Amino acid sequence: MHGRPRKPLKPEDAAASAAKAEKLRVLQSQFLHNHHNHIYSKEAVELSTKLLETNPELYTAWNYRKLAVQHKLTENDSDPDSLKSILDEELRVVESALRQNFKSYGAWHHRKWILSKGHSSIDNELRLLDKFQKADSRNFHAWNYRRFVAASMNRSEEDELKYTEDMICNNFSNYSAWHNRSLLLSNLLKRKVEGFVSKEKVLPDEYEFVHQAIFTDPDDQSGWFYHLWLLDQTVRVDSPQLVSSWPTPGSDLILLGDRCLDGCASSPFTRFHLDSRTFPLVLYFNQAVEGVNSSTITVDSELNTNKDLVWKPLSSCNSKAAQVWVTQLNLPDGNTHSSKVFPVEDSSPISSLYQLSIKNDNELTDFEWRAATIAKEIDHFRELLSLINCKIGKLTLARLLMAHDAMMCPPANKISHSEEVLELYNDLMRLDPTHVQYYKDQHSLVLLQQVTSNWESLLSRCFHYSNSPSNRGSPMCLQLKNLSLSRLGSFDKLLWVQMLDLSHNELRSIEGLEALQLLSCLNLSNNILGSFTALEPIRQLKSLRALNISYNEIGAHSIDTTKYLCSSPLSHSVGSEWNHGQTVIDDDIKSYWEAYFILKGLNLTQFDIVGNAIVNEKFKSFLIKVLPGLKWLDGEQLH
Amino acid sequence: MQRNNSRDAAHRRRWQRCSTAVAATTEMRGAAVVMQKTETLTKKEEHLLLPNAAIAIVPLPDATAPAHLPLLCRQPSAQPPHPAHSFGGGFRFYHLKELCHLLRSTNSFEAEAGRLMTGNESESELPVPPYPPIEPTAFDLIVIGTGLPESVISAAASASGKSVLHLDPNPFYGSHFSSLSIADLTHFLNSHSTPSSVCPDPLYSDVEISNYASRLLSQHPRNFNLDVSGPRVLFCADHAVDLMLKSGASHYLEFKSIDATFMLDADAKLCSVPDSRAAIFKDKSLGLMEKNQLMRFFKLVQGHLSLDESEENDVRISEEDLDSPFADFLTKMKLSHKIKSIVLYAIAMADYDQEVSEYVLKTRDGINRLALYNSSIGRLVLMFQNALGALIYPIYGQGELPQAFCRRAAVKGCLYVLRMPVISLLTDQNSGSYKGVRLASGQDILSHKLVLDPSFTVPGSLASSHQQLQESFQAFSLSDNKGKVARGICITRSSLKPDLSNFLVIFPPRSLFPEQVTSIRVLQLGGNLAVCPVGMFVLYFSALCDEVNQGKKLLHAALSALQKLLVTGTAGNSSTAQSEDMEEAKPTLLWSALYIQDLSLGQFGSIISTPTPDGNLNYNDLLDATEKLYWKLYPKEELFPETTSSPENSEDDAGLTLES
Repeated sequence: MHGRPRKPLKPEDAAASAAKAEKLRVLQSQFLHNHHNHIYSKEAVELSTKLLETNPELYTAWNYRKLAVQHKLTENDSDPDSLKSILDEELRVVESALRQNFKSYGAWHHRKWILSKGHSSIDNELRLLDKFQKADSRNFHAWNYRRFVAASMNRSEEDELKYTEDMICNNFSNYSAWHNRSLLLSNLLKRKVEGFVSKEKVLPDEYEFVHQAIFTDPDDQSGWFYHLWLLDQTVRVDSPQLVSSWPTPGSDLILLGDRCLDGCASSPFTRFHLDSRTFPLVLYFNQAVEGVNSSTITVDSELNTNKDLVWKPLSSCNSKAAQVWVTQLNLPDGNTHSSKVFPVEDSSPISSLYQLSIKNDNELTDFEWRAATIAKEIDHFRELLSLINCKIGKLTLARLLMAHDAMMCPPANKISHSEEVLELYNDLMRLDPTHVQYYKDQHSLVLLQQVTSNWESLLSRCFHYSNSPSNRGSPMCLQLKNLSLSRLGSFDKLLWVQMLDLSHNELRSIEGLEALQLLSCLNLSNNILGSFTALEPIRQLKSLRALNISYNEIGAHSIDTTKYLCSSPLSHSVGSEWNHGQTVIDDDIKSYWEAYFILKGLNLTQFDIVGNAIVNEKFKSFLIKVLPGLKWLDGEQLH
Repeated sequence: MQRNNSRDAAHRRRWQRCSTAVAATTEMRGAAVVMQKTETLTKKEEHLLLPNAAIAIVPLPDATAPAHLPLLCRQPSAQPPHPAHSFGGGFRFYHLKELCHLLRSTNSFEAEAGRLMTGNESESELPVPPYPPIEPTAFDLIVIGTGLPESVISAAASASGKSVLHLDPNPFYGSHFSSLSIADLTHFLNSHSTPSSVCPDPLYSDVEISNYASRLLSQHPRNFNLDVSGPRVLFCADHAVDLMLKSGASHYLEFKSIDATFMLDADAKLCSVPDSRAAIFKDKSLGLMEKNQLMRFFKLVQGHLSLDESEENDVRISEEDLDSPFADFLTKMKLSHKIKSIVLYAIAMADYDQEVSEYVLKTRDGINRLALYNSSIGRLVLMFQNALGALIYPIYGQGELPQAFCRRAAVKGCLYVLRMPVISLLTDQNSGSYKGVRLASGQDILSHKLVLDPSFTVPGSLASSHQQLQESFQAFSLSDNKGKVARGICITRSSLKPDLSNFLVIFPPRSLFPEQVTSIRVLQLGGNLAVCPVGMFVLYFSALCDEVNQGKKLLHAALSALQKLLVTGTAGNSSTAQSEDMEEAKPTLLWSALYIQDLSLGQFGSIISTPTPDGNLNYNDLLDATEKLYWKLYPKEELFPETTSSPENSEDDAGLTLES
C-alpha cells in the first residue's frame, strides 16, 4: 500500500462514486432514523451492517452497533450460544468493513470493544492479523491491534520479538516492525526477563541488526529511527543523577556584602554578590525528579541554622517533578558587611524514588561498554560517510560524538569533538535547508557546551563591567553575545552566573534559563524574541534586577507562535495563577496581560525594552505601574 | 502436516494425469486399427530402413511425383521404439477435453485403455503397433520433434489457425527438452550419442553414466524426472514466462521458487548471493561497507533503467561506460573483487571469465541481465507473497514446458503423432522445393512448411548432387560445430546445504582449476519438485566448452567439487560412529551422468531447423531464436497475439501457479 502513485479519477469513476454517495445518503438517513428512535430490530441492525460495509468510517454507526449489542445482550443474558453468535456476527461485520478499508479507526476500535466482551477465540485474531499484515506490513492499525491481542492472550514478548524480526527480514523498510521491536525490548529489559537482564548483552546484537539495514540502504528512514532509539538506550542512565549544584558540594562560599571588600577571592565561580538576606541553593538533575525536600536532602552548612528548608521545583507548569530544585538559605543577621567563608556541603541527596548513589563498580563496567559501543558506532559512521554523502548519517555522527563527549566528560576531559560536530551541523544547514532551524538549535547547544566545557574557556568570556565601582569585588558578567545562538543549554555549568549577556543572538526562546537562580542582570537585546510569553522562565528568577530585552520582535507578530513552540504552554500557568493576589484588572492589564503576567512578580530596577514593536507611551506607563521598583527604563532615570 | 497434504494432492493430480496419458496413447493405437497401407516400400527403400539406418534415398519415379529427399538423422535409432518406452517416466498428457480433438475412433479406445490400466504392460507381450494412417494428408505445417522451440512454433501456428501435424519419433514429448526416468534418459543419451556411418555426428558424445546404487534406484523406477537439457530454471520475468502466459500454456504448469543462489568463494565454501535488497540485508558474509556498495550499485542500475534513454541525466550510466566491458565498469564502481564476481557470474550469469576471455560482457548487456534478474524478483514478489528470489522451476521437471505448449497446440487443433519417425523428405522434382515428408509408416504427407528438430540435418553433400536444391539448402549446412555444452546430472542422498533443497550454485571461472575459463552452474532440486523421491536430490550442472576434452575436464572437476561439498555438508550431520558406518554403507552419490552436447543455432531455409538446447540457465535466447524462426515462417503472424488470449487466461500474472 506504500509507494503507489495516486491516479486521478476517471470521469466514469467519478460518476460511480457519486452514485455510491447517493445510495449511502439514503442508507444513512434511514440508519439515523433508527438510531434516534432506538430501534434495534434485526432489519435495523442489518441496515447498519450494510452501511458500515460500504463506509466503515461512520463512527455513529459503530456506536449504534455497540448499543444494539448491549441491547441484545441484556435480552439474551442467560444463553451463552446466542451470546456467542451475536459477538461472532459483530466480528464478521468488522472484518468485512476492514476489507473495505483496513485503516478505519472505528472498525478497529469496535473489534477491540467486542473482544473486551469476551467469547471470542483470540487465536483467530492473530490469523486475521497475519492476513492484514500480509496485505500491508506497515499498517500501524494492525500493529496497534497486534499489541493489544498479544497482551490480551499473554503471548510472550520473545515470540513477538521474533515476529518483528521476521517482518524486518522480509522488508526492512518497515518502521512499524522496528517500532514494535523497540517497545518489546524496552519491556523485556524493564522486567529483566531471562536473556534480557542487561542492556550490555542485548543492545550490541540490536546494533548489529540495525546496521544491516542502515548500511544496506542509508536512504531508508526506518533503520535510522531504530538506531536513534538504541543510542538513547545506550546513553541513558536509568536512575536520576545530580548533575550539578550551586554551590558545588564541599565548596567554600565567599559572600560579598553590599560594600564589597576585596577579600581573598580565589575563584569567580564561588563568589556570590549578595544583596538580600537570603541566598539560594540550587540542585540540577539530569531528569525531572520528584520529592526533593528537607528529609531527602541534607545540607551541611555553618549557616544552616534553620532545619526546615523548603525546596521548590522550578517548573513552569506547576508539576511536582522538575529538573531544577531550589531553596533559600537565610543569612544570619549582622554579617553582611564583611566577607566570610562559609563551607556548604550537600550530602547524598536522595529523591523519593531512587537512590542517588555515587558511582559504584557496576556503573563503572556499565560505563565502559557504553563508551565502547559509542566509540564503535562513531567508527562505523565515519566509514559510511567516507563513502557517501548522507544527511542523516551526518546527524547521527554528530549525535554520537556529542554522546561520546558527554560520557567521557566526567572522568577525563581529553579530546573534545565539538569542533567536528559544529562543522557537521554547518554542513547540514547547507545540505538540508528545510530543517535548518533544528540544526541551528543543535549547533547552539554544542557551542554552549564547548564554551562551558572548562573553566579556561568560560573565564575567557567573563568580563567586569567597566562602570562597576570596583573591578575586583563585583561579580563578573558572562558574555555569550554574537554567537548566533538560537537555543540555550548547558545550564548545569552556568548555575553560578549572576550577570549574563546573551545579546546579538538569534534567540526565540529562553527555555531553561530559570535554572540560573543567581541571575541579577540579564541582557537579551538584539534577539528575535517574539512575545512576552517567550520570557516565561524569567518569572522564576527572583533575584533579577536588571533586564534588557531591547531590539527584539515583541509585539511584531500578531500571533504568538511561542505558545506552540514551548514545551510549557503559558496558558496552563495563566489559568492557575491568574486569580490569586489579584487586585485590580484595569484596561492596561487587559491589553498587556502577557507582559503583566511575566513582569508582575519581578523586582526590577532597570529595564530596557526600546526597539520592540509593542513599545509606546501607553505601554511605558503600564510598565511603570507594574514594576514599582523600577529606577531606569530604557536608560532614562525615573522619578 | 500441511506439506504432506499438498504432496498427496500433487500425487493425486499426477495420477489423474497418468490415466489420461494412458487414454491418449490408446487413442493413437485405436487409430492404428483402421490404418490401411497406402503404399509399399520399394526394395531399396526397405534396405535403407534397416535398423539404425536413418537415411532414405528414394529414386524419383516420374516427373510428376514429388522427389524423395534423403533425410539424415542425428538420431540413429529412427526405428519405431518399443512401446514399453511410452510408459517411461516422461509420458503424460492430455486432458480428456483435449482428447476430443484427437480422438476419432472410440471403438477400441475403452478396450485398449482397460487393458493398459490393468497394468498389462510387460514389454514382450505388447506387439509393435501398426502405424495409423493420418488424415488429412496435407497440412499447412509439419513439425518434427516436440522440443520447446518446436512446441512453441506448433502452438503458435495452431493458435493462428494453421493446420499443423506435430510428429515425434520418440514415445515421449519434449525431445531434447524432455524430463525422463533414469532408464529412458540412459537410453536416450546412448542412442543419440552413437556415431554410425549414416550418423557421423550425433548431438551427444562422451556419455558417462555411473550407477552407484542400482538396487536403491531400481526401487524408484518411476520417481525420477531428469531434465535432458539441465540445469535450467526460469527467471520469473523472462520471455518463457511471458509466452506461457500469453499462450495459455501456464494453465498446465505449476512452479516453485528456487530458494537461493550460492557461489563458491575463494575458500571453496558456498557463500550466499545477495541478489536483492532483502538478501543483502540478511547476508551474513558481507561487510557493512560491501553491503552499502552493492546496494548503491543496484540503485544505480535501477535509476539508470527507470529513466528514459532520451533524458539527459546524471543518474544514467554514460554511453561510454555502457560500451565498456562490464567487469571494468564494476571495478570503476569500486566494488570489491568478491562482489564483482557475484554480480558477473551469479546475477548476470556471465559464461566466460570476464578478466581474460574474448567473450566479454558489455556493460549494456550486463545491465540488461541485472534488469531481468531484478524484475524477476519484483514479479515473483508481486505474484507470490513471501517468495524470495528471482528463479522458478516447474514441478515434474522442465519437460513439462514443451508438453504444456503441445497441449495448447492440441486444444487449437494440432494433430499429434508420437513414435512416428520420418524417413524422407519429398521435394518437387522441377523446382526442388519442399513438398512433404514420408513417414515410417510409408504414408506421404504434404505440407507447405516444415520445422525440424535439431536431431535432423539435411546433408549438404547429398543436396549438392541436386542442382536445384543446392541453393535452398545452403542454409542447412552444418555451420554450427563451434560450441559445445558439457552437462552433468547427479542423484544424491543429501543436500549440499542441510536446510535447503532447491537452489543454484555457481562455480565461477577459475574457482575449480586455473584453466577453467567458463562458469559452471549447478542446480540442486529436491523431492518437493517431484523430480526425484523425497530424501534424494538431483543436481544438474553445465558449462560451455570448445571441445570434448575441455568439457570432460570441467565436468569431472565439477563432480569432484560437488562430492567434496557433499562430504563436508554431511560431516556435521553424522556425529556418531554408527551413523558414519551407515554413511559408508550408503554412498551419498547414487548416480551420475556426464555428457557433452553440441550446440547449434536454428536454421532457416525453406525448411526450418530449430536450435539445440543452449548453455544458458533460462530459455531466453532459445525463445528469441524461436520467435525469429516463427516470423520467418509466418512473417505476418504475431507469436501468440494478445487478442487470441481466451478469457480463462486474462488474469495475466495470476495465471502462473506457484506452489509454496
